[in-house]
Amino acid sequence: MPAPSLDWLPTPAAAQTQALRALTEPAAWPALMAAANTRLDTMGTLQVDRALRRLFGEAPPPGLNTKPIHLLLLGSSTLDHLLPGLRVGALRHGLWLNVTVGDYGQTDLDGAKPDIVLFAFDARHALAGLDASHDQPAATQALDAAAAGIAALWHAAQAAGASVLQQTILPVFPPQFGNNEHRLPGSRAAGVAALNARLKTAADAAAVDLVDIATRAARDGIAAWHDPMLWHRAKQDIHPAAAPLYGDLVARLLAARQGRSRKALVLDLDNTLWAGVIGDDGLEGIVIGQGSALGEAHLDLQQYAKDLTRRGIILAVCSKNDEANAIEPFEKHPDMILRRPDIACFVANWTDKASNLREIARQLNIGTDSLVFADDNPAERAIIRRELPEVAVPELPDDPAGYATMIAEAGYFEATSLTQEDRERAGQYQANLARQQTAPEPGANGETDMAGFLDSLEMVLQWGRVDPIAAPRVVQLVNKTNQFNLTTRRTTDAEIAAIMADAAALSLQLRLIDKFGNNGIIAVVLGTRHGDDMHITDWLMSCRVLKRGVEAATLNLVAAESRRLGARRLFGEFRPTAKNAMVRDHYQSLGFTPAEHAPAENTTAEAAQPGATSWTLDLAQFAPAQVHMRFDPPITEAP
Amino acid sequence: MNPDQILTELTEIFRTVLDDDTLVLRPETTAADVPGWDSMNHITIVVEAEQHFGIKVRTAEIEALRNVGDFVSLIAAKHAG
Repeated sequence: MPAPSLDWLPTPAAAQTQALRALTEPAAWPALMAAANTRLDTMGTLQVDRALRRLFGEAPPPGLNTKPIHLLLLGSSTLDHLLPGLRVGALRHGLWLNVTVGDYGQTDLDGAKPDIVLFAFDARHALAGLDASHDQPAATQALDAAAAGIAALWHAAQAAGASVLQQTILPVFPPQFGNNEHRLPGSRAAGVAALNARLKTAADAAAVDLVDIATRAARDGIAAWHDPMLWHRAKQDIHPAAAPLYGDLVARLLAARQGRSRKALVLDLDNTLWAGVIGDDGLEGIVIGQGSALGEAHLDLQQYAKDLTRRGIILAVCSKNDEANAIEPFEKHPDMILRRPDIACFVANWTDKASNLREIARQLNIGTDSLVFADDNPAERAIIRRELPEVAVPELPDDPAGYATMIAEAGYFEATSLTQEDRERAGQYQANLARQQTAPEPGANGETDMAGFLDSLEMVLQWGRVDPIAAPRVVQLVNKTNQFNLTTRRTTDAEIAAIMADAAALSLQLRLIDKFGNNGIIAVVLGTRHGDDMHITDWLMSCRVLKRGVEAATLNLVAAESRRLGARRLFGEFRPTAKNAMVRDHYQSLGFTPAEHAPAENTTAEAAQPGATSWTLDLAQFAPAQVHMRFDPPITEAP
Repeated sequence: MNPDQILTELTEIFRTVLDDDTLVLRPETTAADVPGWDSMNHITIVVEAEQHFGIKVRTAEIEALRNVGDFVSLIAAKHAG
């Protein structure tokens, strides 16, 4: 019985995990992260966890750019063997996780204040209410009661301020009927599937995210996830050999909630998207498409990538080829699923791929740590892992038939909701390419007609207060935006709901439309009023609309709205992170002046961060900037 | 695989699970002799030995183990079979 394995990660270097024993701060975190990003088995996971706890057991490394997480694991079976996998899984994604386990059978928070509660119920306890003698009504009632009981625990945890993860129930019971097990009302084997279906519906209604180990166990085989002998000996519902993968399934969700999921898939071409070498074999010589098993295998990857674009993942190409050769199949080969417009950034040249990946990230306005790079060539993969360790580079199997599955199993693009912006993103990047092609060329004296260019875009800034329709995208944008983000504060559905309910709060959401299309919600500004001050707690913007004058237009709105709400002064902060250097001078360039410190009532531990700067703007002195866009609705000043 | 080699590899597993690089196992060593070798770590060690040596140990066989020597013999028999 093979253990579930982190197959997409490269095998650890010889003695890599043992070497962690000698690590000392402060360089230890990157070395630990590198070790966590190898194919660790249970023993390797234990070794990394030992070093992690020795160095960062009490507190995260200073300057960590992710939010530390306190997680409480609750269930009615043995869970301690899952902890190393959870901590190392979090480490793999750059997160620091403190995890505690409730007492055996404890199902409430018992006064604890975790950020997240993970309910990890075993099958035998979850299905305890179901009896083989039940008729259909009794079975339905038992399953409804089981689901309602679990949902009540969620609500109690949420009421105590925690967000909730629920793992699905593992199908551990032997069948009694067989193929048509679902016709036996009291069957516990069928009851697991029925309860999991109920949990999915209830989770959607309660804003609970699932850790779907049941589906994963169906892929690996239940024997890889559950051993009845270990249940009897140690009350372990989850096999220790599955613990590293279990930890990663949870950690990728935690990472997604902090906006750390990957945003773009960068694809190699020759022997990745098709079989053969386009530069040597030519359009007729490469193998792609129906009628050839090999061609169909590569087509599977193309279909997978195409489907990813429809949920908001950006595609790019990074290939060592002459550009004209590389583009030809996208434009001329009848069997290709991916076409030139599907690729937001197409880079084919003879420069090294690390440089090209940096360039792709720059052109897409995302960080290199948002990239996944798929290449059939192990040497290229090794180079990128060495040069750009923050880029995710999956191991690919020898047979291209397994490429799509391997990329999917890595969970790089983990998401918990789909917004309209996600659906439209591919089109937005295509429109962006069109915009760039109309951008002004420098004139003879090196100047460009930016004003004329901006006017030609016919931009409309649609704005409003955050409302229920905008709320999911606002939460997503606040939690995902790393670069143009003044405070990099993360938020929750509940917090945004509270802001919406507060008529005195500053809560602006902005959409930008131009002649090439609708960019969707591209900026969010939130604030609270303290006396005469409007304290701007969040100001963030999608980098897609940089250099369009949106910042100044946004300030015009913020000033007008703050006056309407009764403020006489704006107060803003810049809190530096590893990623937001581009907005260091944001307030200064908009005419704010340095403030000594935050107004006393606003001072928080967070605000006292090293390198943070504070800024004010007197609204009585403020004159709106000239901008190259129309406001919808028009800005009206308070009387 | 001879018993000495099994003992060496088994020792590595014990050292990792019990976080003790200096741990030395002898055939006559019992759980009472080794700090940290409790019932929970015992499960982890057995499961890891199963994975490592590619064997499957029955509940009754685990319950019959008296010391490290028994464990090595069991692995040797399973591994050969």
